[in-house]
Amino acid sequence: MERRELLKLIATATGTALFAGSAFAYKDIAPVPLSDTLFSKDDVALLNEMAEVIIPQTDTPGAKAANVGATMAVLITDCYTPLLQKTFMKGLKAIDEVSKAQFDKHFLQLSTQQRETLFNQLDVEAKAANLANGVYQGVETGKPSQWEPGTDEPTPHYFTLLKQLTLYCFFTSKVGATKVLRYVAIPGRYDGAYPYKKGDKAWAT
Amino acid sequence: MANNEYDAIVIGSGISGGWAAKELTEKGLKVLMLERGQNIEHLKDYKNAHKENWDFPHRDLPTQAMKLDYPVLKRDYPLNEKTLGMWANEKENPYVEDKRFDWYRGYHVGGRSLLWGRQSYRLNKEDFEANGKEGVGVDWPIRYDDLAPWYDYVEKFAGISGNRDGLDVLPDGVYQPPMPMNIVEKDVAARVKKAFKGTRHIVHGRTSNMTESKPEQGRVHCQYRNKCWLGCPFGGYFSTQASTLPAAVKTGNLTLRPFSIVKEILFDKDKQRATGVEIIDAETNQTYVFKSKIIFVNASAFNSAWILMNSATDVWEGGLGSSSGELGHNVMDHHFRVGASADVEGYDDKYTYGRRPSGFYVPRFRNWGNDKRDYLRGFGYQGGASRSGWQKDIAELGIGANLKDAITEPGPWTIGMTAFGEMLPHHDNRIYLNKKVTDKWGLPVLAMDVEIKENELKMRKDMQQDAMDMFEAAGLKNVQGWDADYAPGMGIHEMGTARMGRDPKTSVLNAHNQVWDAPNVFVTDGAAMTSASCVNPSLTYMALTARAADFAVEELKRGNL
Repeated sequence: MERRELLKLIATATGTALFAGSAFAYKDIAPVPLSDTLFSKDDVALLNEMAEVIIPQTDTPGAKAANVGATMAVLITDCYTPLLQKTFMKGLKAIDEVSKAQFDKHFLQLSTQQRETLFNQLDVEAKAANLANGVYQGVETGKPSQWEPGTDEPTPHYFTLLKQLTLYCFFTSKVGATKVLRYVAIPGRYDGAYPYKKGDKAWAT
Repeated sequence: MANNEYDAIVIGSGISGGWAAKELTEKGLKVLMLERGQNIEHLKDYKNAHKENWDFPHRDLPTQAMKLDYPVLKRDYPLNEKTLGMWANEKENPYVEDKRFDWYRGYHVGGRSLLWGRQSYRLNKEDFEANGKEGVGVDWPIRYDDLAPWYDYVEKFAGISGNRDGLDVLPDGVYQPPMPMNIVEKDVAARVKKAFKGTRHIVHGRTSNMTESKPEQGRVHCQYRNKCWLGCPFGGYFSTQASTLPAAVKTGNLTLRPFSIVKEILFDKDKQRATGVEIIDAETNQTYVFKSKIIFVNASAFNSAWILMNSATDVWEGGLGSSSGELGHNVMDHHFRVGASADVEGYDDKYTYGRRPSGFYVPRFRNWGNDKRDYLRGFGYQGGASRSGWQKDIAELGIGANLKDAITEPGPWTIGMTAFGEMLPHHDNRIYLNKKVTDKWGLPVLAMDVEIKENELKMRKDMQQDAMDMFEAAGLKNVQGWDADYAPGMGIHEMGTARMGRDPKTSVLNAHNQVWDAPNVFVTDGAAMTSASCVNPSLTYMALTARAADFAVEELKRGNL
């Protein structure tokens, strides 16, 4: 007789509540190793460098400190549609090509200032392209998972994808949520008139 | 099995099933509670309860693989990593959509009591009388006063926080202090009250999130984490696990059997009584029979109807309760996803602390008092005011330190609210068995044939416009109405498939939730609802269940069952 069957019999016979097995609801989802993504360690390093231009270290940590590149690799692999993946990958190449054309250097060889110049340019270009293509307003702070295969929803400019991923991965990271934004795990109370002064940071959630 | 006899069997362990188990065991009955899904043990199995966004590999986002696994769930917000596994497996449990129907099911101990919105309102006097007055569906067989003491009873035990507002349209209950409104909500509430001369109200949400602890139940008041759906380690809101199940277990009279899919209720046609149930063990596929004197059907509105449809088919082709011709018909939900938002000027020196899992409520004002519209019934709003976080629109922002500075500060205050509208019962809004499609266990599945009709569509115009008007009248800026479209089921308030009534020819259940054709079978979940009202329904299921359980035990004692 199976142990479970036996347990049920005992429970039925004794009339006590039966608590069988362990739940697989509230799934314990395992971390995704880099080897299961479309990216290498070098790719992640590159993504971190790019993200750092968008959210740099200031008096608080930046994107690199939160290792957003590693999370971006997972999200692009698992949450993106193939079309979005292609757009993003081509975008990475495009960034390097623009970099070479403009500065005669690979992106990673650019100075911090040159990186900023390049990305400011691309940001303007991306905003214009999104507007022309009918990408929804607010896409930059949207969710990287919202596209589906076969959707007729227009694809954002590749730089917007990079920016959206950077912001999402950064502000949902521990570093971003607790060291840059504010986060209290167990507030314990609600104050609907909590004092605020300019410069105070927003809550992470 | 040697011992397969009980005084009562409760089918389902969600909000109403938990109440049935508690009430019946506390009255001394030996009860078997059957749950089709797995067990989830309070506290121990809330594995994600202390996890943060960064603990999830996809930061709580659905993956493309998850979307393939959950083609229905992905249509709306519930598909995420944190609650993955808490919704019915759609491949194992298919259903047929003659018309689109979004069915969100929780197949586990506790059911959707772990996943509910927790807003807890009473139906009002008019809600119980409107069908009769207006000739819609059938008249409720009970009135507000019949249920009022049971509302008191369940509110007190469940722990509902709310304000007593003294409004006929939203009867007051037995409440713990309300969760506070924030400074902006209070201001807008005062402005709305003035602008509409006291005919429209913004009141505190009434929620099963507690503001006072219940040490006798081992429950601590809400800690304002807003992670209710992950299972509350404090027992801060009402769920089967936190509240009714421990009470039932404490009596020593409860047997809980997970992985037990009820195939049918067994019926003795000579005695006109149910004798028990036959189940399939979801893990082993073996069938078992359990006997009992009474049966409480609390499998959620649609599955309760499904069980009845599959029972006593040798007597009635359409199943137990089908002699009325109403079993599976009169499906209702609350139609919503329409409302308005606005900017609120000022209060730059104020923010909020804590993540309040509730908001404000606007009780129904349409077709109320002297108001008359070109449709019947009405709607309420749920909403809140807040300052935006990093997700705000940053179209004007570029990259770098400036972006970081600006995006990490809270934005200005905004306010928004969503309407929940009453859906009328229609005979042709129905579910029925489709025997050509079967689930993992070879059982026939439900087909959905439900739509919103003219009354709801007319109401939706007001649901949007009135929200805009209220914000305009309150002097708010950038008022924007929206209608994000609604498909039946999205309200996750399925009701009406075995309605209560006064006549066995037009209703499935009588005034005590007994199936007319089998008086020892009680249905006390959403299936029993004769009309939908516009308020969140779960509190009413609790009250109906406690009332029916009390009656059932008295009838048992009298030898009538």
